Amino acid sequence: MRVIIVGAGQVGESIAADLSEAHDVVIVEQDPDRVEELNYGLDVLAVEGDGTSLSALEEADVTEADMVIASTDDDETNIVVSSTVKAVSDAFTIARVKNTQYLRTWQRSRAAFGVDFMVCTYLLAAESIVRVVGLPAARDADMFADGRVEMAEFDVGEESPISGQSVAEADTYDSLTFAAIVRDEELLIPTGTTEIHAGDRLVVIGTPRSVRAFAGDVAPHESALSGEVVIVGGSEIGYHVARLLSERGVTARLIEQDPDRARWLAEELPDTMVLETDATDIEFLEREHIGDAEVIVSALDSDEKNLLASLLAERVGTERSIAVIDQSEYVELFEAVGIDVGVNPREVVAEEITRFTRAGGAENVALVENGLAEVLEVEVDDDSPLVGEPIRESIHSLPADVVIGAISRDGEYVVPRGETEIEPGDHVVLFVETEDADKVSAAL
Amino acid sequence: MSIRVDYRASLSLVGTVLKYLSVPLLLPVVVALYYGETLAPFLPTIAVTLLVGWGLERLAPEPDIAAREGFLMVAATWLAVALVGTIPYLIEAHGIPLLVEPIHPDSTLANPTNALFESMSGFSTTGATVLGSINVVDHTRGVMLWRQLTQWLGGMGIVVLAVAILPELSVGGAQLMDAEAPGPGIEKLTPKIAETARVLWGAYLAITVVEILLLYGLDLAGMAGPNMNAYNAVAHGLTTMPTGGFSPQARSIEAFSAAVQWVIIPFMVIAGTNFALIWQAVAGSPRELLEDTEFRGYLGAMAVLTAILTGLLFTGGFASGVPEGATFDAAYLSETAAAITGNLEPALRHALFQAVSIVTTTGYASMDFDVWGAPAKYALLFAMFVGGSAGSTGGSVKVIRWIVVAKVLRRELFTTAHPEAVRPVRLGGNALDDRATRGIMSFTLLYLSMFFIGAFVLFLDAARAGVDFTVLEVISGTASTLGNVGPAFYRLGPMGGYLRFPDSSKLFMVVLMWAGRLEILPLLVCLTPEYWRR
Repeated sequence: MRVIIVGAGQVGESIAADLSEAHDVVIVEQDPDRVEELNYGLDVLAVEGDGTSLSALEEADVTEADMVIASTDDDETNIVVSSTVKAVSDAFTIARVKNTQYLRTWQRSRAAFGVDFMVCTYLLAAESIVRVVGLPAARDADMFADGRVEMAEFDVGEESPISGQSVAEADTYDSLTFAAIVRDEELLIPTGTTEIHAGDRLVVIGTPRSVRAFAGDVAPHESALSGEVVIVGGSEIGYHVARLLSERGVTARLIEQDPDRARWLAEELPDTMVLETDATDIEFLEREHIGDAEVIVSALDSDEKNLLASLLAERVGTERSIAVIDQSEYVELFEAVGIDVGVNPREVVAEEITRFTRAGGAENVALVENGLAEVLEVEVDDDSPLVGEPIRESIHSLPADVVIGAISRDGEYVVPRGETEIEPGDHVVLFVETEDADKVSAAL
Repeated sequence: MSIRVDYRASLSLVGTVLKYLSVPLLLPVVVALYYGETLAPFLPTIAVTLLVGWGLERLAPEPDIAAREGFLMVAATWLAVALVGTIPYLIEAHGIPLLVEPIHPDSTLANPTNALFESMSGFSTTGATVLGSINVVDHTRGVMLWRQLTQWLGGMGIVVLAVAILPELSVGGAQLMDAEAPGPGIEKLTPKIAETARVLWGAYLAITVVEILLLYGLDLAGMAGPNMNAYNAVAHGLTTMPTGGFSPQARSIEAFSAAVQWVIIPFMVIAGTNFALIWQAVAGSPRELLEDTEFRGYLGAMAVLTAILTGLLFTGGFASGVPEGATFDAAYLSETAAAITGNLEPALRHALFQAVSIVTTTGYASMDFDVWGAPAKYALLFAMFVGGSAGSTGGSVKVIRWIVVAKVLRRELFTTAHPEAVRPVRLGGNALDDRATRGIMSFTLLYLSMFFIGAFVLFLDAARAGVDFTVLEVISGTASTLGNVGPAFYRLGPMGGYLRFPDSSKLFMVVLMWAGRLEILPLLVCLTPEYWRR
């Protein structure tokens, strides 16, 4: 595959490094020093130029490209790059944006801006923070269909109330599907009569809320949060963390110093208590009992302030701290001095793009059990073998065993049951063994 | 450019509205012709509206209305139409010297103050009356219909009607409607304001016609009791939808069957509902109506009040004796108490009817609720302060404001414990900005202040004139006129009237009704020096 990457910042370089092993990578970058650096440092072709200009794209041989990744630090540039590419070539375009407004427009009409796949830095960073915050009992968790569907993997312990139950007995949730059981390194596709044993690993797919409820049942003692979440900083990331947590039924407090921004946040987040103050005010931290919180998420605009806020909160008693760290080289350092988890938004987005490019046609992929199985998100069209008959029938026309875990239709969650009919345009989240993944992907 | 108020432009538009008032005056003319009555009360009125209207219009040939002029125009329009509205009453009582003999010389409306009170009560949709006898024998059918028509015109708003039909108001129209329409702010249903005004009036007219047909249908089916006929069906249609309450029957809705009472209840509920919501519900999204915070609060307020009243009536919540100044006798008391106590249907019907009638500020009575015991009466007194929904024809404070007041107070309590918390006041998912909440808090406080001052002034005036009123009479009378409800308690009860107040008190109540209909501010603002200053 020939891949063009526009913008060689941290994200672009990271993706280029990952893809260069298996693909032909061309980088378009304005800064001549960076171009030189990349040409010597990586096994890629770096071209100097402005990615929004046709001449630069043509120099990179855009008509021959299979995929163009627009990953500059500027949203509008990335969108214009995608549109320009679409004007002259059939390449699959991926654009990285920060602003979620663009993402929302694109989600409404997947043809918008000439972008085939859009990744939103802030939203991805927030999702990855929420994963860390939200499900301590889960071994792994991933989001699909714009956050409406979640896949999670749980250990079934000796003391778990569902050990010894059959799948049918344990399945008391409307919007949850038991996708797989991993037992002794073997993958089982469960039926209603399959018995769940202690020591099994369960892969479930469902709405975030039902997954959370299930987490409470499968491991009542360590199930998710017992305490409260405090978010420091109402940046885009802080806002999305609060929003995603409240979607999951976790209420949080959010501290924002700027009065206008605080007011906006309070309007947008009805379930979140917004506090307008400086989070480094120790008197305030004590008065509002911030120390009693279980997790503090620092999402201020500066790495240093995030470090300070996290350390102060831990000093007054907060158990766990998660901080957004913009400079990737600080991550290790901050984790060494006391922050429990550092999240670097650029790293998150680079991982997402790489994962996507590897997955081929699927919208989103998650690897389960070190690659034993995959969870794919696919948008089905009229020609898909899944369309037109109930799942009970259509599932047999696929080349391998799959489990339809969830369906997202016009932004609504649809519970997949035997009689459900999949419609064109639906986003289907399915579970498949890795060895069959390519066959299934191709068939869909 | 001067920022002085262009009062000529305002008055010129008042003139235009007056001129067009001659058109609805043709309706009582038709009625008088049909019943073979004299046209004397109306032809001079039509002449006056045309002449005065034309004269005022000449003050400014091309009136340009801005926000400031809007307040004056709206306030003055309501006074002007109320003044013109007195003419048929005065002619009926006095005749026209040398030309027409007095028709009903013993009418209490012979007194110009009484005539003005009745006219303002009509246009402001209050429904408080100073008529000595309410029937179509002591007054002509034409004049009684005029009395009901004033309410119908006042209900959806004369100025809204003007915006709907006068092309010259296409620019300042939104400001005018805002100054007149009940509730905080107006909702533009369509891009053009005149179109919005036409939609509102069209819906108002359509629902009125439906009610008239239903009432007359009940009569044709023989289910309406002895008194309903085409005339009464029209009269009640014209006074239900504006939440007015002027019935041509002295015994109000008690004169009709239980079926009529049940039919009128939903129409009062609709009249107290935001017409913009009704329009949207009919145009395709009824869910919006059911999910509307104010509509739910409005239904809730009526449901709670109905539950309380039903319980009280069912268990015999009637006055133990006839108090001094009551409008009923011992026989009526024992008869109604016996009919209702322990009987669920009449207890529920009268409780629901009265709860809806008072909350929507219609003021109809399905029975003389003055016979009810103190707890039930006080419940109704409090209900006078609730009012209908914003954008309805209902008066008083309005449900939406009470909801916001409650939410603001709750927020204050919360921020006392958490001083840094930012809590916008939310209505149905939308956050209100602080200016809007401040406006609503100020209005509510202003309304209550106006009520206390009003009651105090009426006490003083009654004492000065040597008329003895009970405390409940004065308080309920103030709440009722300011809130455009109509009936109050004891001698001001649904079967009584405001006749015994001294003229000075009646004039003061004219101001209360005027201010209440315009929601105080447009009138009050015209009285401040800042308004007139350059």
